[in-house]
Amino acid sequence: MSAILRINPIACEAHGLCAELLPELIRLDDWGYPILDEPEVPPDLVGLARRAVDACPTLAVLLDES
Amino acid sequence: MSTANGGHHGLPRLLAGLKPGGRPMSLAAHHRIHGPVPSIAPHQLIEEVERSGLRGRGGADFPTARKLQTVADRKRVGAVVVNGSETEPASAKDRLLLARLPHLVLDGALLAARAVGSSEVIVKVGQNATDAVRAVDDAIMERESERFRMSVLTGPDGYVTGEESAVVHYLNDSTPKPTFIPPRPFERGYRGRPTLIQNPETLAQLALVARFGSRWYRELGTVADPGSALVTITGAVRAPGVYELAFGTPMADLLDAAGGRTEPLQALLVGGYFGTWVDASAAVALRLAREDLRSVGCSLGSGVLIALGESACGLHESARVISYLAEQSAGQCGPCVYGLRSIADSVGALAGGVAGPRERERVLRWAGEIRGRGACHHPDGAVRFVESTLRVFASDIETHRRGRCTARPAGLPLGGSAVEPPGSRVAGPLAGARRGLVR
Repeated sequence: MSAILRINPIACEAHGLCAELLPELIRLDDWGYPILDEPEVPPDLVGLARRAVDACPTLAVLLDES
Repeated sequence: MSTANGGHHGLPRLLAGLKPGGRPMSLAAHHRIHGPVPSIAPHQLIEEVERSGLRGRGGADFPTARKLQTVADRKRVGAVVVNGSETEPASAKDRLLLARLPHLVLDGALLAARAVGSSEVIVKVGQNATDAVRAVDDAIMERESERFRMSVLTGPDGYVTGEESAVVHYLNDSTPKPTFIPPRPFERGYRGRPTLIQNPETLAQLALVARFGSRWYRELGTVADPGSALVTITGAVRAPGVYELAFGTPMADLLDAAGGRTEPLQALLVGGYFGTWVDASAAVALRLAREDLRSVGCSLGSGVLIALGESACGLHESARVISYLAEQSAGQCGPCVYGLRSIADSVGALAGGVAGPRERERVLRWAGEIRGRGACHHPDGAVRFVESTLRVFASDIETHRRGRCTARPAGLPLGGSAVEPPGSRVAGPLAGARRGLVR
């Protein structure tokens, strides 16, 4: 099972909660928007990734679990 | 001289019969030059296009047969959209085709519609290209007997309005902005149906492949890049305009086709404002071929070549272009809006000689971080241009920091001003550019 993290850049408003909750995968650029260096989520981080998805006020964080 | 099935050898192909400054070609004249459209089964057409090696001419360079097949494989196919937005400021080829040779484009659109199982053709054109709108409208009237619904739709100008998802968005609810994908247009496009979107030149080429076949198509060009291409050549050349040239043609011959250089060449911008600067010595060694262009990190994009003369300042010109690209963001994605604006300010400072010693490195870091983080490829194209600017004009940054720049403005086209409207400066290929099979 693999999980892929994506950001909808149109929906994102740089609240930054995703980077707070998942600093292992998400950092912020100079304007506060999330940078995903590696979209694939290791199994041990999937729980945190789901929390980041739920926490985003604009529903801009997407997790494709298949 | 003609082949067995009527195709002319050599150039021009698409631009055959086009006279400078003339009116749109009538259906009768179009048929006199190219003959009627043959009846060809959908799968046969797609196979023939595949054998021809035709690729999309809107900038993405995608194999046309594969795109046709992807839509043809879907159920309840919607419209075929001719994307004549041509928002690249320096490009004039699509407007030329639509304004002067509308029947060639409509032939291709109708053939593509049959091939994918669509019954509707929509031609989308920028609202300022009034000559193209009128010509396509008239051409549709001349074809009243067609069983297909055909229409012209004008849209607002703006660099990103021509992007595929922005075109679909505009058709669906009048918002000319890119959308978050997937779904892609071939999955869910106009009215939620699978939609084929093609560039006018691609369809015009397809109309000739359908008539004369893939072997004829491959008589020009290289094995990897068969056929001819419409190239808009502008900048420091005597006769800027749209030229049809065979793939494989050396860059030096391309510039000669446009009347030759007005002064020694400093650099060549390949692929328009999403393209790449190549310095003069590397540029003249290139041919118009993907493998050559790839070797210096370029692609032909929408077919724009801009020659920068030695008297111009590449840094100043590029700073203007980058500001323009930043302004042209659709304003939807943070990394594009804020990133490009910051980059534009910094490059402006570099050009003005007022930047700190580490500004160049900061711009390169931003460029790397912004890439791939927009809903569309606007930031990606812009940072490609930025990175090549900082590479090719690196020594100018130092010169400017010491307060020296003796260059004169070259005035690269921005916004709608671009190349003169088709007719006034457009010419067919000159003798020097008439290359046959280049291998």
